[in-house]
Amino acid sequence: MAQTTVANKTVKFIITRQDTPDSKPYTEEFEIPYRANMNVISGLMEIQRNPKKVDGASTAPVCWDSNCLEEVCGACSMVINGKPRQACSALVDKLEQPIRLEPMRTFPVVRDLVINRERMFGALKRVKAWIPIDGTYDLGPGPRMAETKRQWAYELSKCMTCGVCLESCPNVNDRNSFIGPAAISQVRLFNAHPTGEMNQEERLDALMSDGGIEGCGNSQNCVRSCPKGIPLTTSIAAINKDTTKHLFKKWLGV
Amino acid sequence: MKGNSYFSRKLHSLLGIIPLGGFIVVHGLTNYQAFERGPEGFEQGVHLINSLPLIPLLEIFGIYLPLLFHGIYGLYVAYQSNSNTGRFQYGRNWAFTAQRVTGVMTFVFVFWHVYQTRMQIYLGNITHEELGSTMNHIASNPVYFVLYVIGVLAAVFHFSNGLWAFLISWGITIGPKAQRISSYICMGVFVILSALFILSLIAFSGDEFKEAASAALAFTNIG
Repeated sequence: MAQTTVANKTVKFIITRQDTPDSKPYTEEFEIPYRANMNVISGLMEIQRNPKKVDGASTAPVCWDSNCLEEVCGACSMVINGKPRQACSALVDKLEQPIRLEPMRTFPVVRDLVINRERMFGALKRVKAWIPIDGTYDLGPGPRMAETKRQWAYELSKCMTCGVCLESCPNVNDRNSFIGPAAISQVRLFNAHPTGEMNQEERLDALMSDGGIEGCGNSQNCVRSCPKGIPLTTSIAAINKDTTKHLFKKWLGV
Repeated sequence: MKGNSYFSRKLHSLLGIIPLGGFIVVHGLTNYQAFERGPEGFEQGVHLINSLPLIPLLEIFGIYLPLLFHGIYGLYVAYQSNSNTGRFQYGRNWAFTAQRVTGVMTFVFVFWHVYQTRMQIYLGNITHEELGSTMNHIASNPVYFVLYVIGVLAAVFHFSNGLWAFLISWGITIGPKAQRISSYICMGVFVILSALFILSLIAFSGDEFKEAASAALAFTNIG
């Protein structure tokens, strides 16, 4: 391998670790050689290659989750220097050192930085975030979508279920059943689709039951934290409007 | 639909504005008569409210029950929230936490304030005409005055910020621009209502309200 390390320059990491889902978290410090254009993942890979703490003692390599390495899969979300974000797009040159890595504790911690985001996928199932087109015969082409609508709907489709919005939300916690911003925005996306629209009431009903949209407390951290710049608070307000209309329609029997 | 948290939360949001928000505005305007027109003006304001028809029903269904539901369910809402202003120091996140803190403060303050004023009338210790002098007793005590200013600011913040959130929760202000403009309007509401309440507290602490008590008594005796 080509020599890319810069003499004497190092990167410090303070990582919150946890051996099992129920065990107590603890922190360990690492100091690794600096290379140009490192991101947090390449730092973690370096620790994996040579799992020694800053005091020279050996330790188990740090576990993390990652996949696409280009901020589209959402797997490597973690809390980096206090802010939830993707480790792949967190460039070491742009981070203050020591770099503090913690798991997103809103979710169950599996091990070290690995979390279980199952509740988000469960939420997508609950609100039926898909377009049902299956039939026993060819249903033919669906209605067309206006280009202007497609353009803003595309922004919503960038959601990668990474969990950053849930981590930043003060109302997503053990005492609260709030579904979280991501699934609400997906309801807006699928209700905007000309075919998806045909089942819009089912999705609104899901958000109007326990642990639906009502848990939003308008702290608006989600929209500021979303790595994809999805207008989450606009989605929530738009779905608030739709659920309000749906509520009155149901009451009045329209 | 009934009994689910969507329904309770929506009712909580609605009651905060109608009738409670309406009540706090009317209350502020009535009190302000004390500053604008002195003891007579305030007494007229109290008289005007007491001359409304079906007062006990208005009080029970327009104030007490909505207040109890909004207050008690609100405590539960506050309990369900975390505060992460340390990690996310955005103005809106501060307002989120402040909304819960001022809600609890207002809950305590309203009970205390109702005990000192309306409850004393129920108990027969004072009459409606003596409310001015009761408020003079309270406002001329420096500790009570400060506590009242804090209580009033908490209540007015909770209402103004709650109004902003209400507009979102019911889907009236949707985009960021609409929400920004409504936040300016709500800030204006906060400033104006706070001024009304604080000016009336200052007016209540004046000597004319001490004297007004005896005058009012004389007036009712003649009447």
